[in-house]
Amino acid sequence: MLSADNSLDPLLKRPFSLFRWLDKDIQILYRVVGKLTNILKDKKPDDILEIIGPLGNGFPVIKGKARPILIGGGIGSAPLFSLAETIKHKKPIFFIGAKTKKEILYTYALKSIGINPIISTDDGTLGQKGVITNVLREFLTHHSSPITDYCIYACGPRPMLKELTLLSEKFNLKGYIALEENMACGVGACLSCVVNTKNGFKRVCKEGPVFPIEEIVW
Amino acid sequence: MNLSVNLGKLKLKNPVMTASGTFGYGAEYSEFVNLNNLGAVVVKGLSLNPMAGNPPPRIYETPCGMLNSIGLQNIGVEAFIKEKLPYLKQFDTKIIVNFFGDSIKEYVKTAERLSSVNGIHALEMNISCPNKQAGWSIFGTDPKVTFKVVSAVRKITDLTLIVKLSPNVTDIALMAKVAEDAGADAVSVINTLTGMAINAKTRQPRLANIIGGLSGPAIKPIALRMVWECHKAVRIPIIGMGGIISAEDAIEFLIAGSSAVAIGTANFVNPKAAQDIIDGMKLFMIEEHISNVKELIGRLKC
Ligand SMILES: Cc1cc2nc3c(=O)[nH]c(=O)nc-3n(C[C@H](O)[C@H](O)[C@H](O)COP(=O)(O)OP(=O)(O)OC[C@H]3O[C@@H](n4cnc5c(N)ncnc54)[C@H](O)[C@@H]3O)c2cc1C
Ligand SMILES: Cc1cc2nc3c(=O)[nH]c(=O)nc-3n(C[C@H](O)[C@H](O)[C@H](O)COP(=O)(O)O)c2cc1C
Ligand code: FES
Repeated sequence: MLSADNSLDPLLKRPFSLFRWLDKDIQILYRVVGKLTNILKDKKPDDILEIIGPLGNGFPVIKGKARPILIGGGIGSAPLFSLAETIKHKKPIFFIGAKTKKEILYTYALKSIGINPIISTDDGTLGQKGVITNVLREFLTHHSSPITDYCIYACGPRPMLKELTLLSEKFNLKGYIALEENMACGVGACLSCVVNTKNGFKRVCKEGPVFPIEEIVW
Repeated sequence: MNLSVNLGKLKLKNPVMTASGTFGYGAEYSEFVNLNNLGAVVVKGLSLNPMAGNPPPRIYETPCGMLNSIGLQNIGVEAFIKEKLPYLKQFDTKIIVNFFGDSIKEYVKTAERLSSVNGIHALEMNISCPNKQAGWSIFGTDPKVTFKVVSAVRKITDLTLIVKLSPNVTDIALMAKVAEDAGADAVSVINTLTGMAINAKTRQPRLANIIGGLSGPAIKPIALRMVWECHKAVRIPIIGMGGIISAEDAIEFLIAGSSAVAIGTANFVNPKAAQDIIDGMKLFMIEEHISNVKELIGRLKC
């Protein structure tokens, strides 16, 4: 949870994922959409921000042979980069989708760690034209069999995650998705950020933001 | 310097408490605030049985405030007593339990159960919730119903009884008087103001529940006015709340007539808010040469 100053508008802190956690720095990758992110973009080196965190869980690195498939939609790619770095020895397949070319993030950095992402854009300005879940469905149709073993990790807009849930059922995949909900406290106190799961409402800030894909009720 | 204040027979070490629903069951904020330093901890509203609450999205930020429609999600009285109360009891602070019901019978049953265990110092009745028997209209908006439900709870508990008033009424002073007449030891003023937000592009409401309760700095002038009106109408102590962010805000509420204040939405903005406000109050008193915080209560000059 992050705020840029003591202003009353924007009032609440905003949730962001950790893009990378380096020795002395943490990095956040964000999209400018509104009040706070517009203030953030004008900050200069050495300006002070207030952050509480890290909060909640992260993507679990599962044991076993399952080959990871990472799927990032738009700014939802942000939390997947560190994961890709951590599990690069498992040869993850990385799908990145966005509306247009300039919203496709950090492909250069991915290549530097030996991952060549599969890309799609809604307008066809980079990679295949169309939504990334269609590209994934195509891939699975050709590369999935009763003996293949994949684990998916995804973050992105709601329609993408919903579609992924259907694909995971169809191709019998396990996996994890990171969800977003409006937040106020970030520490599990206010019950603002719940999502509906097979075991009732759960807090994205505390029990999440990462949930097993089969647990979410859309 | 003397910071202690009284709510009926309940003595608080300082006037700063947390507002129900914004501080969980206390533990959630214990990494940020030393609970021993607080005047009181007020926990999330409890009902006899656990409640799931409203579907998301449940909050939406508005200029200098926020709308919430949590829908009173809570773990229920029994789970609170078993799982949360033992933790809170370790601290040298007063534990105030906020509760509600959907019928007078349920209010009474819940209050009876909470009064039967050790470690709870006061009950705060939330009457801003729908009454099943009266077509789900709000307990806190009809003076006759308010009198009935408060009297019924008063009869069965010896704990300090605080009634939390709804601001969604025409005359809040009247409601405070009704609570006093029904035997309340104190009133909390105010709960959230009902409000609404719309997404113009999609024409959809921002909250799944369509309407929600407005809190935060945006409501402070209204809350101050209501505390002042209640102060003139009743003799029982008032706990003031609504948009308090700083020590200065808190002191304004004392001057308007509250004996204590509760910190709500500010906890989200700054998880150390309650502590910072206590420290700021002390500093203010030193600077203004005030040795006893009671010298501020209700001392509006006009
Ligand atoms: C667990 C979690 C992790 C997140 N991680 C990241 C991250 O790594 N990088 C990042 O850029 N964002 C991330 N977000 C989203 C981020 O919190 C919001 O973009 C941010 O709160 C916007 O704040 P603002 O004040 O700039 O916008 P506001 O002024 O609050 O909103 C302006 C407009 O943008 C829209 N908007 C607000 N939030 C979003 C959203 N999440 N998606 C699309 N539109 C939105 C609103 O509907 C509104 O119309 C994350 C959210 C969650 C819950
Ligand atoms: C997320 C949230 C949940 C709340 N839950 C409760 C509750 O369970 N019971 C209650 O009496 N008041 C509840 N309130 C109201 C607050 O206790 C307080 O009266 C109100 O928010 C005004 O104070 P503030 O502006 O400082 O937040 C809630 C408020 C918020 C923002
Ligand atoms: S944001 Fe408060 S419980 Fe998750």
